[in-house]
Amino acid sequence: MGNGTSIGRVRGLGSSHEGTHHWLTQRLTAVGNLVLITFLIASLALLPDHSYATVRGWVARPLPSIALILIMINTFTHARMGVQVMLEDYVHEEGGKVIAWLLVNAVPFAAAAFGILSVLRIALGGA
Amino acid sequence: MAQSRKAQPISPHLQIWRWGPAMLVSILHRITGNGLAFAGLGLLLWWIGALASGAGAYQTFLDYVWLGTGGGLQAVTAILGKIVLVGLTWAFFQHAASGIRHLILDIGAGYELETNARWSSLTIVISVILTIAFWAFVLLR
Repeated sequence: MGNGTSIGRVRGLGSSHEGTHHWLTQRLTAVGNLVLITFLIASLALLPDHSYATVRGWVARPLPSIALILIMINTFTHARMGVQVMLEDYVHEEGGKVIAWLLVNAVPFAAAAFGILSVLRIALGGA
Repeated sequence: MAQSRKAQPISPHLQIWRWGPAMLVSILHRITGNGLAFAGLGLLLWWIGALASGAGAYQTFLDYVWLGTGGGLQAVTAILGKIVLVGLTWAFFQHAASGIRHLILDIGAGYELETNARWSSLTIVISVILTIAFWAFVLLR
């Protein structure tokens, strides 16, 4: 992506003006999810029981709380991009596109912020 | 839809097509992905939020999603909760297997007709086996 000739300025960027960034981020977060979600469900399955004390005690440990915060970032990014592509395929009216645009750019961030705060409250103690 | 003469190759057109494994896995990838995004991440947030709120909120989560101890509405949602949780684990395994297939396709491998159909079908076999194995482990150990 040079800045000299016309073709050099646009080469590789395509109609989205951001090139393959969306596509590549979807793949990177996919690999992250393979590790993180496998860790989450395997850990939950291996817990001796699922009482409040056991599960909260597990989340409060460093590795699980780090993994859960990464899930709130990585998995929500992946889900946001996937839902965006789905909406792009099925929503054709202008009004619907505005609502879809708001949904995709607001809800995942609010949801992830709620998730991260919840993990921090558990990890940093306090009742 | 269904073709009367299978022997002759026919170009797919708007109303002239037949389900193949790759088509099924493709739409399953979208359905499982969006199911995980809305139902899966929704439940994840309820779970972690309840866990952060305290023992009472966590018990409410367990009652509605799995135990149904309060009876009434909880008894109904506890049945739905089990179906949704089993469904979500299947959706994860299917989406993961299909996703790994996509990563392999992205490097340019596996486009031969037979190979493509075989790996498409295998993602479904793998996801069902992993789902059964996972819940057998959780419930029987």
